[in-house]
Amino acid sequence: MSLGPHASFIVVAYIATALVVAGLLIWIVRDYAVQRRILSDLESRGIKRRSQREDRV
Amino acid sequence: MALIDLANPTRFLALASRVLPWLAAVTAIVFAYGLYRVAYAPDDYQQGATVKIMFLHVPSAWLAMMGWGLMTVAALGTLVWRHPLADVAVKAAAPIGAAFTFICLVTGSLWGRPMWGTYWVWDARLTSVLVLFLLYLGMLALYWTADDPNRAARAAAILALVGAVNIPIIKFSVDWWNTLHQPASVVRMDGPAIDPTILVPLLVMALAFTLLFFTLHIAAMRNEILRRRVRSMRMMQAANA
Repeated sequence: MSLGPHASFIVVAYIATALVVAGLLIWIVRDYAVQRRILSDLESRGIKRRSQREDRV
Repeated sequence: MALIDLANPTRFLALASRVLPWLAAVTAIVFAYGLYRVAYAPDDYQQGATVKIMFLHVPSAWLAMMGWGLMTVAALGTLVWRHPLADVAVKAAAPIGAAFTFICLVTGSLWGRPMWGTYWVWDARLTSVLVLFLLYLGMLALYWTADDPNRAARAAAILALVGAVNIPIIKFSVDWWNTLHQPASVVRMDGPAIDPTILVPLLVMALAFTLLFFTLHIAAMRNEILRRRVRSMRMMQAANA
């Protein structure tokens, strides 16, 4: 596969796209882990959301 | 399960956990096939191998507009029904839409330099897409700086509706004004003007990017629901202290 005289522009375009997509993926996966960890920590301390409380009417 | 059932955050979380692994796997497979087709797609008779940038640029441009369209529909859910998941959908779509708009602008510039002789011109198409990118950044800034999530949701919904005016401007800018950017060559009244050897890989890549968008969006919505639960629990903790 030859990319011709403008190969550098093509390669940079694909690398830039891969970096942006990878950045999004990493941010979303890490954010999920962080939120799960904080939730587990709060639940382990017995804190409940309003909808989980048994005394709610 | 009725569609309305998904509007419950707990049910949405359960469904997201079941769907995401499959959606991610299908996205990876379609991307692998799309990149294979791109690798063996012939050079364009005018652009040469530089046409390979179009396999990134065109799908990201479509998704940049689709992302704002999705936010506009969700914004109606916020303003009309005040449903919390609608705002979750808007907030989750903003960074993803911004990322695809950024890819569109960068790949377009990298294609423009060898083809047009310049990275950038202030023509109607390029400028209106830059405005879309700035609108996405404005939406992100609005969420990051708001103290009250309810006020942020309403302001974001209004911004989404106002910004929706820009979507037809982007689409028809090449028809309404003289632009260096070429007119539509895929979505046309008289059918695509692209040879199938290039059109098919382009459509496969568009499908892959679309699947990627929805995979990321569902995952980001799941994160946002969890973030709001954390906020709610911390407020309960503070109230009980």
